Amino acid sequence: MAVGLDKIEPGKIIEKEHLIVEGMDISGHWNRMFEQRVIWDYDVDKLEKVAALPGGESLNWCYGCAKCTAVCPVDIVGDYSPRKIHRKTQMGIDLFSSPDLWLCTTCMNCLRVCPKEVNMINIMPAVREQAVLEGYVPAELQKAFEDTAKHGNPLGQPQRKRADWIKKAGVPVPIIKDLKRPVDILWYVGSYPSYHPRGIDAASAAARIFNALGIDFGILGIEEKDDGDSQRLAGEKGLFEMLAEENIATFGKYEFNRMVVTGPHEFNAFKNEYPKLGADFKVFHYTRFLVEHLDKLKPLLKKPINLKVTFHDPCYLGRHNGEYEAPRELLRAIPGIELVEMGRCRENGYCCGGGGGGMWLDSFSKEHTTMRLSERRVREAAEYGADVLAVCCPFEVSRFEDAAKSTGNDKLMVKDILELLDESMRG
Amino acid sequence: MNIIVPIKQIPNLTDELEINSDGTNLDHDALQYVLNEFDEHAIEEAVLTKESAGDAVRSAVTVIGVDTTGELDSVLHTALAKGADKVAKISGDFPRGTDSHTQAKLIADAIKNMSPDIVMTGVQAADDRDGQIGPMIAAHLGLPYVGVVTSVAAKDGKAVVHKEYAGGVMAEFEVTLPMVVGVQAAHQPPRYAPVSKIRQIAKTAKVDDISGGDPVGSGSNVRKMFKPESAGHAEMWDGDPAEVAEKIVGMIREKGLLK
Repeated sequence: MAVGLDKIEPGKIIEKEHLIVEGMDISGHWNRMFEQRVIWDYDVDKLEKVAALPGGESLNWCYGCAKCTAVCPVDIVGDYSPRKIHRKTQMGIDLFSSPDLWLCTTCMNCLRVCPKEVNMINIMPAVREQAVLEGYVPAELQKAFEDTAKHGNPLGQPQRKRADWIKKAGVPVPIIKDLKRPVDILWYVGSYPSYHPRGIDAASAAARIFNALGIDFGILGIEEKDDGDSQRLAGEKGLFEMLAEENIATFGKYEFNRMVVTGPHEFNAFKNEYPKLGADFKVFHYTRFLVEHLDKLKPLLKKPINLKVTFHDPCYLGRHNGEYEAPRELLRAIPGIELVEMGRCRENGYCCGGGGGGMWLDSFSKEHTTMRLSERRVREAAEYGADVLAVCCPFEVSRFEDAAKSTGNDKLMVKDILELLDESMRG
Repeated sequence: MNIIVPIKQIPNLTDELEINSDGTNLDHDALQYVLNEFDEHAIEEAVLTKESAGDAVRSAVTVIGVDTTGELDSVLHTALAKGADKVAKISGDFPRGTDSHTQAKLIADAIKNMSPDIVMTGVQAADDRDGQIGPMIAAHLGLPYVGVVTSVAAKDGKAVVHKEYAGGVMAEFEVTLPMVVGVQAAHQPPRYAPVSKIRQIAKTAKVDDISGGDPVGSGSNVRKMFKPESAGHAEMWDGDPAEVAEKIVGMIREKGLLK
C-alpha cells in the first residue's frame, strides 16, 4: 500500500545502542531500540474522529495482522481492506471524505477472521451517516436515497404499481388487505422482486411454487415498502427508521403466523434490526421455508434440469445469518442438477458487490477498482465450468447477468433458485 | 437579505391520477401529495442566494405555504434540513387542490409585514399549470415580477436575474429589490436532505402557524375533467432485423429527415 500519505513531517528513525525508558535502562544486545517510531510523525486525530463515533470504536482495536486483507472481496479487485483503512486513517487520511468510505459492501468476511473484532458492519454505517449528514454522498447513491424516500423503493418506481407484477404470475397472488382474514404466511416480496424484470421472474416463480404447495399466503401489495436495511448500511439511518416504522405499522394491521421473505437483506432487517424498533414476528428466508416443505415439493419436481450448477452464497444469508444449507438442499432436490462448489463458498463466499449500498454505487465502485465484484465472481463460476450460477438474493440476478455479459461469459446462465424449482416443477 | 419562499404541495405525478365521481376534478383524497418540483428549485435557489450574499447574520430564508393536506409540516422540516432558517404554515379550511388565487392571496397577506427583499417561488406547478401564484403575489404586494428564472445574484439592494425565453433565448435583468421571482430551475440541482437530518430537526423545529382568511376563489369552474384519449397508436414492425432496418431508413427518407 502507499505509505507517506499526508505525513506531517518526515520521520527519522534512529536506532540506538543504549536506551532508557521511564528511568529504566533497557539496553541489551537482544533489543533493537528505535527512537521516534514512525507512527508518531502522523496526526492520529482522523483515527480518533472515527473511534469517537458510536459504532466506530473498534477501528482503534486493529493491530495490523492483515487477516482481513486476505479475505476482503474488494482487495481482490483493488487496494482495500479494513487493515488498510486503519493504517491510512492512522496516517492522517480522512475517511469521512475518502472514496474508501463507499467501497465496503459490509460482506462481513473481515469480521469472521478478525482476532480483534474490528467490526466494519458498525464502523462503515457510523462514518457514512456523518458523511451523508454533511452532504458527502456519491450522486448515484443519493439518487437511490431520494427515490426510496419519495417512492418507497430504491428503483424510483411508483408505489401504486408495486403489486402490478402479480398479473404476470399466472396464479392467484392474494393481497392480504382484500382477504380480510388472517393468513398463515405473510410473504414480504421486496422491492426488486416487485419491480425489476428479472426480480419479477423470481417472484412469479415463488407465487407458482406457493400455490402448488397449497400455502395459505398473502402479500401486502401497494402497502409494502422497502425494508431500508441497505440504505441504513449506506449511511441513511433516518431513512431506515422511517421505513421501519411505516412497515412495522403495516405489519401490525394484519394477522399472520409467520413471514417469508424473498431476499436475504430483508431477512436480515426483519430478523435482526426491526425487533430493536419493536417488531415481533417470526421471519424465514424462502429457502429455509421451502426446505420445510421439501417432502411435498420433491414429488412436484418432475422435469430434470441436466446442467452443472454452482451456488453463490449471499453474504446476508450466509455469513450474516448462518444459513448455508437450505439453498443447497433445494438445489439437490432438483433432478438432473450437478451441484459444483466454487473455491470461495459458504463462510468464505465471495461478495456480489451489492450489499451495504453497493447496489447503488456501481459506477462509483467501478472507478476505484480494477473490476466489479460481480465480474470477478462470474469469472470464478465460469472457471468451474458451471452452466448456471444459482442465486437466492434479488440483488444478484441483474448484477451477475450484467457481469456475465461484460466479461464475455454470455453462456453462463444466472438463475434464482426459485426459477430453477419452477422450471423443474412445470415440466 | 430577507428571502421568502412560498411553496405548495401537489398530487404525486408518479401515482395513477384518479378523477372524482363528478368528473370535475381530481379525486384529491385518493392521492398522495408531494412538494411541487419547481418549489424545490425555489428553495434551493433561495438557499444558494443567501449563502452567496455573504451576509449570514442578517440573511434568512423563510419557507411558507398553505397547509392544504395537514401534512405540510414534514415538507417544512425538509426545507429546514436543506438550509431554510424559518418556516411557517397558513392554516384554515383549505382543502386539497385549493385554487392558486386563494393560495396567492393568503400568502401575500401573510408575508406583507415580513418585509421581504426577494420572494422566490416556483414558476409553476404541475396541478393547475397556470403559473399565476408568483405574479398574483407580486400584484397583491405591488412588487415587480420576473418569471422563468434560472439564477439570481443579489447585491446592494439590486438583483441580477437570468430569465429563459422560448427558443433558447436568454435575458439578464437588473431589478431593484424588493421583487418576486418565479424560479424555473435553481442554478444547481436541489440538494438532498438526509432523512436522518429531517428527523433530528422535526424533534425541535418550530413551525409558525398563521391563521388564514377566507378563500377568494379562482372565479372559474371546471365543467369536465377527463383522462386524455389516445388519438392514434404506434406501428410495430416485426421480422428480420435487416429488413426492418431497411424499412426504418425508408421511412426516415420519406419524411425528409435524411439528406
